[in-house]
Amino acid sequence: MTGPATIFDRPNTYIGQPTPRQDTDRLLQGRGKYVDDVQLPRMVHAAFHRSPHAHAKIVSIDVSAAKAMPGVIAIYTGKDLAETVTPYVGVLTHLAGLRSAPQHPIAVDVARWQGEPVVMVVATSRALAEDAVEVIEVEYDPLPAACDAETALDASAPVIHKDFGSNLAWERLVDVGDVEAALKAEGVTVVEREFRFGRHTGVTLEPRSAVCDYDPSENQLTMYYSGQAPHMMQVILSKHLGVPEENVRVISNDVGGSFGIKIHTYGDEVAAAAVAKLLKRPVKFTADRHESFLTDIHARDHVVTGKMGVDANGKIVAIDFDDLTGIGPFSMYPRTSAIECNQVLNLTGAPYDLENYRARGRVVFQNKNMMCQYRAVGHPIAMAICDGLIEDAARAINIDPVEMRRRNLMRDDSYPRASASGMKLDDLSHQKALDRLVEIMDYEALRADQEEARKKGIHRGIGFVSMVEVTNPSPMFYGIGGAPIASQDGATARLDAGGALHISSSVTEQGQGTNAILAQIAAGVFGVPIERVKVTTGDTATVPYGGGTWASRGAGIGGEAMLQAAHALKEQVLDVAAVMLQAEADTLDIRNGAVVDAKNGTERMPLADLARTVYYRGNELPSDLNPELIATRHYRVTDFPFVFTNGAMAAHVEVDTDTGFTKVLGFWAVEDCGRVINPMLVDEQVRGGVVQGIGGALYEECIYSEDGQMLNTTMADYMVPMAAEMPDIVVSHIETPSKTSVLGAKGAGEAGTGGAPAALLNAVNDALAPLDTSIWQMPMTPERILKVLGKV
Amino acid sequence: MKAPDFRYERPESLSAALALLADEANGAQPLAGGQSLMPMLNFRVAAPEMLVDLSGVAELRGISDSGDSIRIGAMTRYRDLAEWSDLEAKLPLVALALPHIAHHAIRNRGTIGGSISLADPAAEMPALMMALDAEITLTSADGERTVPASEFFLGFYETAREENELVTSVRVPAATSGQRSAFYELAPRHGDYAMAGVAMVADAASPITNLRAAFFGIAGQPIRLSVLEAALNGKAPDDEAAITVATAAFDEVDFIDDLKASAATRRHLAGVVLKRALAEL
Repeated sequence: MTGPATIFDRPNTYIGQPTPRQDTDRLLQGRGKYVDDVQLPRMVHAAFHRSPHAHAKIVSIDVSAAKAMPGVIAIYTGKDLAETVTPYVGVLTHLAGLRSAPQHPIAVDVARWQGEPVVMVVATSRALAEDAVEVIEVEYDPLPAACDAETALDASAPVIHKDFGSNLAWERLVDVGDVEAALKAEGVTVVEREFRFGRHTGVTLEPRSAVCDYDPSENQLTMYYSGQAPHMMQVILSKHLGVPEENVRVISNDVGGSFGIKIHTYGDEVAAAAVAKLLKRPVKFTADRHESFLTDIHARDHVVTGKMGVDANGKIVAIDFDDLTGIGPFSMYPRTSAIECNQVLNLTGAPYDLENYRARGRVVFQNKNMMCQYRAVGHPIAMAICDGLIEDAARAINIDPVEMRRRNLMRDDSYPRASASGMKLDDLSHQKALDRLVEIMDYEALRADQEEARKKGIHRGIGFVSMVEVTNPSPMFYGIGGAPIASQDGATARLDAGGALHISSSVTEQGQGTNAILAQIAAGVFGVPIERVKVTTGDTATVPYGGGTWASRGAGIGGEAMLQAAHALKEQVLDVAAVMLQAEADTLDIRNGAVVDAKNGTERMPLADLARTVYYRGNELPSDLNPELIATRHYRVTDFPFVFTNGAMAAHVEVDTDTGFTKVLGFWAVEDCGRVINPMLVDEQVRGGVVQGIGGALYEECIYSEDGQMLNTTMADYMVPMAAEMPDIVVSHIETPSKTSVLGAKGAGEAGTGGAPAALLNAVNDALAPLDTSIWQMPMTPERILKVLGKV
Repeated sequence: MKAPDFRYERPESLSAALALLADEANGAQPLAGGQSLMPMLNFRVAAPEMLVDLSGVAELRGISDSGDSIRIGAMTRYRDLAEWSDLEAKLPLVALALPHIAHHAIRNRGTIGGSISLADPAAEMPALMMALDAEITLTSADGERTVPASEFFLGFYETAREENELVTSVRVPAATSGQRSAFYELAPRHGDYAMAGVAMVADAASPITNLRAAFFGIAGQPIRLSVLEAALNGKAPDDEAAITVATAAFDEVDFIDDLKASAATRRHLAGVVLKRALAEL
């Protein structure tokens, strides 16, 4: 990568500084602008009658009473909207063999999951729309349902899409080396476990929301959208609603959390856009909490049988597993629902030096809400399989789990290289990260404490994970398969007349601080105080074209584009300054809002003077000088499909063996996301991620009845991790900058969520070890722990 | 999750409130702290035609101490109880339980009378009333009656309260000298409804004397088990054999079986909370 090498030691750099976010006052004072804050003239509100059945034929729909209800403007069925919206199919060509059926925003003829929209009511308020929904009469003929993924492939299972002949959506086999021979070799100990990962979901503070407005005079559709990928949504709305792309504007202002929930095509949101077009007036849809639980994509829900063979020295000789996952009745559009399983196959064992690797993944249709990409896609499963088996094997051959890892981790000096599954890896630091982890957690003291506690009948456990995280995806992730999802991002930097820097970027802010790090990069690289930087993101009409923020790509890709744009603008400004000051450009620099002598920092001219001259008094400049005080640059990852990060984490728990309750006593995360732009933000990203990982390991689960009814759709019944139960989370960084960019930043958003569950699983099993039992199902609820203890 | 339309009244006297409730044509439901009723309205599980908001009825709020008993007005909020300076001396069991009741925000709004009237099987306050042998005063336009806690809680969200009646106050005996209290509950997260819990008082701890142990979160209503209490009276609180005999009383309990725990798990946990509470008695 070419570029300015001195960027990081510039006098007013902000990269690496714990600079406070610029938007905190605004958000804390309630001045954020979320979708629900958007109030447009003549705006109406949508509510949905949703299928109460997991699978049912829609025999008839009677909306006559609903139409007569106060405030009702219009009512639409699936058939009504089928004339306005073309169906969509969630497949990608690079996921060979993946199949799915056409999806409509509102069910047509058959409802295939509880919660699927069946009738849409538009009224003058949401409450009145809900009143009308109550009196809609839909006659259903319930059909046999395939709810359980594990039986969905049985010959006796009802087939959800008749044409497919079975409920198999996708299957992939990875077979590297000779697994059979390795497992059978002499002196090899084989451990085998069945893992179960519960379904859970993202639970964003701000629910999915959209206000869609249509202006027939210009055939212009505007969507205020709580989402992560505005340009993707622009293409999707254009394509399926028949509005030219340039006439669709998607605006994502403040977004109250997303975690991957808000990068998908949801029927209710598309319906809101379609109806805005039909009614020629603004339509608001905001999912309430019940709808969020029923219809926000779910994730995980894998059953895995896994084997690992280790030799007498603790060297892993083979990993062999079979992963089955249910994804609901359709593959989600446009990213598909095969990605999580694909990631499990790609990532399992990726931190370790491994020659024999076999993995089968099957993705099946079922009559439940759809599954798709949620924070740390596939990672918690992949890490739990491998690191769960490592610690199981370590116990079997009586080797310390840290030592076991030391004997198997890829050496820090062995990159670039590939994982057993074929992932290209570079710039990783597993050994350093594990050493640092053991040091900061005081491992030996914890082991001593464990031994003392056991004498008193107190069961504490320590569990580890060494992990990788997929970040900064290249076009190989989605674009190659035909999805309208940009893998490159753009950034613009503009010097305004007053000497302020206005920046814009196609990556988006969802509460994690994207805008803050963009400002830090631009301010330091260009050379203004950060207070003079204004940031615009999240508007397809004004920002450069790009992918948005997901898959931990905001800092690594959006940040690099920003760095390049700021640097380019600096060069352009210095060219102007050189003429005005009659100096050579390379003897000048821009620092703290002024052009200075590069050598000694002496101020030569405030930026405002330069900009005002350019903008107002161009007559003072030579006629052949054409100042450009704006620069745009784009960036994509080349040469690698993804930029991997790595980390090592440890959990310390106490399991109450009478009650089955697990208390997390401490958590440590060492993480290498390359160049850290803002340590405060990265630390909190890691902590937030760990907390979501603890949620998946101990609390969160979408519980369905056998007939496909989700039973816990409230915050009282679906348990998210709460502050009172969370341990102190100690975060430490190793910085191995990625060579793929000047900035060298990798992603940091998902590591905690990807790694924490495996560490928790291992810690609980370490605690249970003296009792000769173990648990392999998440969440590890008190009841499940009591069961493996034989107490209930 | 928007409540259906309803009429809203906020009377300023008990008699005005009772009159609104007495008129069947109103289809009225009393609103206390709203910590359960408001979500039920939003879920459209409850759809009264009229809400009678009791927050303006001053005479329903307050704590009065008459020496050997404490009268707590129905609209007294958990927060008021927590701030009452004599709480620990007069109602030590309540003082032990309060921090476990939901979260600050809910304790700021939730009322004693509301909790007792709703009779959620996992709520703490009904169990406290049972353990403390409290009396519950019900008032209607026709007059007032008093029901012992042991006869008030009848089943899942079912009480001795008639539709035209309001729980107006509870009278709780003040702690006698030497009285011991213990409270233990198992909730997956702090403030959640318990999977099993017990509130207990005894005149003495060792040997256990006159034990009153009310379990909550395990059955349709808070329950005291006379066989269990009898098996423990006269024994030391750590007498394992006595505890084993006592827990045989769980045979007569119809344990809740739900998402958070099966009946078998709850039975096991009921034994655990009993043992742990006894250890703190």
